[in-house]
Amino acid sequence: MAIKDHATLKVVVDEGVTAQPLDPAERFALINALLDKGYAVSRATNGTAPGAGPGVLFLGRFSEARTGGHDISNFDVNRICEAVEQARSSAQGLKHGEWKPWFPVIDYDRCTNCMQCLSFCLFGVYGVDEQQRIQVQNNDNCKTNCPACSRVCPEAAIMFPKYKAGPINGDVVSDADLQREKMKVDISALLGGDVYSMLRERSERAKSRFSKERDSDKALKERQKCLVKLAQVGDIPPEVLMSLPSPDEIQRRAEEAKAKAQAALASQTV
Amino acid sequence: MGGCIMTAPRILYCHCAHAQVVPKEVKTAVLQKLCDSQVSFEAVGDLCEMSARRDPALKELVDAPAIKIAACYPRAVKWLFAAAGAPLPKETTEVINMRVQSADDATGRLLAAEISANLPQGKETVSAT
Repeated sequence: MAIKDHATLKVVVDEGVTAQPLDPAERFALINALLDKGYAVSRATNGTAPGAGPGVLFLGRFSEARTGGHDISNFDVNRICEAVEQARSSAQGLKHGEWKPWFPVIDYDRCTNCMQCLSFCLFGVYGVDEQQRIQVQNNDNCKTNCPACSRVCPEAAIMFPKYKAGPINGDVVSDADLQREKMKVDISALLGGDVYSMLRERSERAKSRFSKERDSDKALKERQKCLVKLAQVGDIPPEVLMSLPSPDEIQRRAEEAKAKAQAALASQTV
Repeated sequence: MGGCIMTAPRILYCHCAHAQVVPKEVKTAVLQKLCDSQVSFEAVGDLCEMSARRDPALKELVDAPAIKIAACYPRAVKWLFAAAGAPLPKETTEVINMRVQSADDATGRLLAAEISANLPQGKETVSAT
């Protein structure tokens, strides 16, 4: 099941008309603990509590029974968190924290719909909408901590909000960033062939050497050298590179992605 | 870029639970001050996760007359909401960046009555100084 198909549980810390206010320290401890577990929490004071409904759990010191409410008069953060977890499980809600939300976010103010990201990504993260505009379609296919597609974007239009540095993290794009991105966009110039071609070629060379010399260590070293170089240039985590499919599969996927991008570009010009 | 409105803005705090990119001391202090205050607020475990899920709660939030969001870079927040099909209104949204602002500055802006809209207006590139 894709992450977007999961239902979510909303927790409301009710301090409204029918519930006593919590002590500020208790309030902080409770909300902080729930947030650490990934829940969304509303603090509702007088008259601001939303209505009860499926997927909403009210926590409060209630003076009278409340539909969908869980009384927390005997305050114990751990027990409250357990009750919330039970409610989530019963509602078959999303279990938070199983997937680090790492995926590209497109800045359409900057994007020129050039499709470089679509042709580059081997994992089917990108696609186009009905108007042939680039979009992120399968964000949970994205490889955690890999910002490689943002490196090929000539306009610095692809962000990963959890990335360490700008402009990939969403910081304002500077002239210097753009110059840097322009240098990076042609990864082929830096690496002597596009990334996947290079991987294939290196792998083929390694294979050939292996057959001639029967030196598996040398072939492996060659591949590792290639991966290290890629990791340095693109800031791609080694584990992502090591999990790349076989050279043949890379070729198939790269051609598929390229064809999708070309089709989208062609329909733009019609 | 700034603007002034009289309606009490809604407050949204992002805990960025699944990464360590927002300094822990900043987000803890901001949350602490929100909890110490008398205001109602919305807090989310991770805005990125909600965007990835296209959580309908994001649409409810943008329907507020005005909103202040304590999270990360305004450009990232703007497009996270847009990706979820819930574009933020430019004139009535203020994003407080806990990655770079101090806890005091962030809380001051969150609890201030007026709103200073600061979403990027379009393709912006700043020259190096």
